[in-house]
Amino acid sequence: MSKSDRLTEIRAIIVRHKRWDLMFMAVGMFALMISVLTFTVLFAQMIIDGMPRLSWDFFTSFPSRRPGSAGILSAWVGTSLVMLVTIATAVPMGIGAGVYLEEYAPKNLVTEIIEVNVTNLAGVPSIIYGLLALGLFVYQLGFGQSVLSAGLALALLILPVVIVTTREAIRAIPVAIREGCYALGATKWQTVSDHLIPYAAAGILTGIIIGLARAIGETAPIITIGAMTFIAFLPPSLVQAEFPFLSFEWLTSPFTVMPIQMFNWVSRPEEAFQLNAAAAGLVLVVMTLTMNGLAIYLRYHMRKKIKW
Amino acid sequence: MTAKSLAKSCRPRRLGYSYRRNLKERFIEAVLFLMAFASVAITLAIVAMLVKESYAFFQHVSIWDFLTDTQWTPLFDDAHYGILPLVSGTLVSSTVALLVAIPLGTIIAIYLSEFAPFAVREIAKPFLELLGGVPTIVYGYFALLFVTPLLQRIFPELPGFSLLSAGLVMGIMIIPYVSSLSEDAMRAVPMSMREGSYAMGATRFQTAIRVVMPAAYSGIAAAYILGISRAVGETMVVAVAAGMQPNLTWNPMEPAATITAYIVQVSLGDLPHGSIGYQTIFAAGLTLLLMTLTFNIIGHILRKRYREIY
Repeated sequence: MSKSDRLTEIRAIIVRHKRWDLMFMAVGMFALMISVLTFTVLFAQMIIDGMPRLSWDFFTSFPSRRPGSAGILSAWVGTSLVMLVTIATAVPMGIGAGVYLEEYAPKNLVTEIIEVNVTNLAGVPSIIYGLLALGLFVYQLGFGQSVLSAGLALALLILPVVIVTTREAIRAIPVAIREGCYALGATKWQTVSDHLIPYAAAGILTGIIIGLARAIGETAPIITIGAMTFIAFLPPSLVQAEFPFLSFEWLTSPFTVMPIQMFNWVSRPEEAFQLNAAAAGLVLVVMTLTMNGLAIYLRYHMRKKIKW
Repeated sequence: MTAKSLAKSCRPRRLGYSYRRNLKERFIEAVLFLMAFASVAITLAIVAMLVKESYAFFQHVSIWDFLTDTQWTPLFDDAHYGILPLVSGTLVSSTVALLVAIPLGTIIAIYLSEFAPFAVREIAKPFLELLGGVPTIVYGYFALLFVTPLLQRIFPELPGFSLLSAGLVMGIMIIPYVSSLSEDAMRAVPMSMREGSYAMGATRFQTAIRVVMPAAYSGIAAAYILGISRAVGETMVVAVAAGMQPNLTWNPMEPAATITAYIVQVSLGDLPHGSIGYQTIFAAGLTLLLMTLTFNIIGHILRKRYREIY
């Protein structure tokens, strides 16, 4: 075989392999497009079906047997109240646990168990948290099928998210900051509370928002607790006229939330109710997308702005 | 502030104070430790709760019947407690989902990590993340009212509820989890390995398949395991789109209930606390937890075996 023959052969091989590159590029684009397309179709479908139902009345009416006058008042109020409980529980606990694991924890077996456990908790199916809440909060502790039980269940569910993002945000702070603090005689807690947590705040906030966006859309654990699907009244008000002005009766009130309301409407055979489901879904999607978008923006902004 | 009072306030504190300060530090550390330990307590509580109620359940039903009976009709007069129909529903819907999510997720990950121009990656990554944040009930709605009618045009004999359409939508839902974790793993492979491969005359595709992917195996395995856990534990899509009738079948074209769908179905009704029906959902939950645990342990072993350290 002559030299030029071999050269053309090699060239042919190169061309063939480059073609594989191009083919894979096309396949990759195609795969990405499937995701994008599905999402677009899903969103478009919801807008087409749900948009006509979206009006002021839809937000201010209770669910009803007549699909035309049914609304999501009790659902969005319920979701807001449940989220209050979730925030009040998951945020301090998640940040506390994250700070402990990152700044305080000694390298020992207990710490390792906690770390492995947090990773594993993130993989536990959400409905299992519902079963835990049903057995523990609803019956064992006697909270009943209430806003409190639901809020706590969702708090447990998003706890790993908050812990992991808190840890990442704190880990990203250079050691020099800590050393500077200690050099000035600060205690560990002073370092943590005056410097590390404020500097990590944006990162922690990102985690909290992502966690809450997930909690808002969670349906399964709340169904397991026994949230009612048809609620035509509001929980007692948060504020009252007499001292101490804050009422906590709403914690033990029965409730429904947005995804449950949507589930209820989806599972009905009448098409008119399914239009309501689309409208509720649209509200839900817009809410979670906004929250996730905010989190992504925050993270992007942070990455650009913070230069240690 | 006068110079005198300034000097006073700057004077070193006495020992007693530093003892108090120390005590406060200890107290805070203890509180933080308890918060961290709460996660372990949650796990223990989950296991304790499931085992306790399942134990009560297995007082009524033998484990042998539970594992081998082919009917699951706990709420009928002629009650049968065979978990197999629920397990088959779970496995079939998860398999369909993974057949969609794993190939597509992997291809997207390779594409984004090795091929895509910077701009595409910067747009696609957040987009996929948003996709992963859409509530599952919305995907359920989509499966029931969009994908099923669409599939019925291709397969006219497809019933209104089917494991196929639930599985397909679930697969699309899981793609972001698989792709984003796999991509992170591939990007963590040091650039020098790619450079070495290119220097030997390999193309991008060869580098991606033969150098980057093997180096990132452990991370990719973790992504797959997460995807499997998601598919097995996914609830709303199957509850809405796959029907809630327990059905021992391996055919994705049929309607069937999964473990999770059964739990939802029972929870929607009002079962009295302590009844056998109430206990069944905990037995089902325990089965589900053991299934995800098995996959996680397999994943852990795979990760350990294929871990590459640079």
